[in-house]
Amino acid sequence: MEFKKYSKTLFFGATLAVLAGCGGNDAVTQDDVNASTDGQVQPVITSDGSNGDSAVNGEQLGQEAQNLQDQASSAIAALPEVETVYFDFDTSVIRDDSREVLDLHVAYLNANPAQNVVLEGHADERGTREYNNALGERRGNAVKNYFMVQGVSADRIEVISYGEEKPAVIGHNNAAWSKNRRVEIKY
Amino acid sequence: MPFKKWIKAAAFTLLCVTQQAVADLTIEITQGNDRATPVAVVPFAWLGQSPLPEDVAQIVSDDLERSGLIRPLSRSDMLSLPSQKSEIYFRDWSLLKQDYLLIGQVRPSVSPGVLTIQFELYDVVRQTRVLGEVISGKVSELRSRAHYISDKVFEHLTGIEGAFSTRLAYVTMRKDEAGQNKYELKVADADGRREKSILTTYKPILSPSWSPDAQHLAYVSFETGRPGIFIQNVYSGKRRQLTAFKGLNGAPSWSPDGEKLAVVLSKDGNPELYVIDLNTYKMKRLTKHYAIDTEPEWSPDGERIMFTSSRSGGPQIYQLDLVSGETERLTFEGNYNARARFSPDGTEIYFVHQKDGIFHIAAQELANNRLRILTQTPLDESPSVSPNGSMLIYATQEGSRGYLGAVSVNGQIRYRLPSQRADVREPAWSPFLTN
Repeated sequence: MEFKKYSKTLFFGATLAVLAGCGGNDAVTQDDVNASTDGQVQPVITSDGSNGDSAVNGEQLGQEAQNLQDQASSAIAALPEVETVYFDFDTSVIRDDSREVLDLHVAYLNANPAQNVVLEGHADERGTREYNNALGERRGNAVKNYFMVQGVSADRIEVISYGEEKPAVIGHNNAAWSKNRRVEIKY
Repeated sequence: MPFKKWIKAAAFTLLCVTQQAVADLTIEITQGNDRATPVAVVPFAWLGQSPLPEDVAQIVSDDLERSGLIRPLSRSDMLSLPSQKSEIYFRDWSLLKQDYLLIGQVRPSVSPGVLTIQFELYDVVRQTRVLGEVISGKVSELRSRAHYISDKVFEHLTGIEGAFSTRLAYVTMRKDEAGQNKYELKVADADGRREKSILTTYKPILSPSWSPDAQHLAYVSFETGRPGIFIQNVYSGKRRQLTAFKGLNGAPSWSPDGEKLAVVLSKDGNPELYVIDLNTYKMKRLTKHYAIDTEPEWSPDGERIMFTSSRSGGPQIYQLDLVSGETERLTFEGNYNARARFSPDGTEIYFVHQKDGIFHIAAQELANNRLRILTQTPLDESPSVSPNGSMLIYATQEGSRGYLGAVSVNGQIRYRLPSQRADVREPAWSPFLTN
């Protein structure tokens, strides 16, 4: 069943670079730390299919892409007011209630092709800091993939994860945590 | 249970005056031990002129008390203050139910600015000297000498190597006058004193990791706007940026031989473990999985790397055998187990464990996978083991402020190092100092 989800994601054009070895076996490759591979890094869908933590569902994406094309004719060029989307605990799944906000940003980006965007991924304070850094990046990548599938090119998008280091709301309760598990879309 | 006694609010003030501003850490013992060995640590006689900046015996007494295994006698209960054998009345000390007596003298040496410290440990029952040494040091080194005495006495009484001369690294965050978040990487003695800031920045700092020789710290700093791994000499302050890859640059962990650093990079699209050779800067990728792989930790023998992975869903602890290439899952209890650290002998691991929505520090014996929860506070993280394997320091929260707690690996002794002014997090206990 993991592979079913997986193949759907692949269908939407994800690069295979990392996913190719997803059997879970440890591979060793040689690299030189001085030789930056930044230029070679390909956008990768972070969907892993495990535990429902798939970043973006393929079928939904297709529908969104269609909607976007419909919107394209009426080019929305205004900078969207809402710049934050929220996530559930320990997942990077784009919530349904985030799609409207994300679609406005896609429309803005598509109407302004020179505009780049930074996606800041965040986590709530629970759990460990480095794991939360990874989680924040996954959330950023989930939004990045959502944008890419709808036509925003990868080189216009940068993802930076701050993990739990920059909470939007201070507090040790669900209300604060739910506001801190987020991606901020910054221009 | 004899260990259940809580010495609440037994905050004892360190009497000593330091040359520095108020340190961020003070020690407060929150749970002691009824079976601790009673030891009278008598104030050391000072045979010089101007007052000493440090009370050596008080530092020793505080060190021993913090271990939970030794219970120093209150000075106000002492009937006499001997500083040499001829002044000891053993009957007095046995009436006070003391098992051991530590006495000492500090005097100026022939070299200017250098002090001679003599200390002697007596067995009260046998009325014999069991330990004694004459050491010397500058006035500015009095605290170090005191911790040395603590190490010797502790080792004699418990058979455990003393770790009082070791250091702590941690990160503080506080709002500055302009309301900006100011982050500092700090190093202090194991008792929280002699704190020194080695990096100040307005961007997050995390994951300090000591080199095995306790000379360097590797850490993650966001000072460039993006995370990068830096290595800094703790004494000279000299530092270099090791990585600046696109994406995550995180969780540095030194190999036991100090030659390599295990790190997390997402430059290839996903958080994966890499090992960087610090001599050649060659990099080797260790994991290849679409899940999160992070928080590497070398085994003490250098043959394995333990890490956190979400490959089974939520975060769990895994171990990669560097020789065979095999990966084994180590934790199965609960749905959140992360950021594990090995005991110095490699037989146990300590990690963050979620139970009923609460994040505790837990220990697990590797031989039988038995898990025990060591801490009760709700947002505990970042356990770091003392190099003698007896205590863990960890970060926790009270109100809106983070502070550091310490707990013995058997869960019986605990104390806290509350912050006075800043949010304290990310503690890392140094290895034994070699110099």
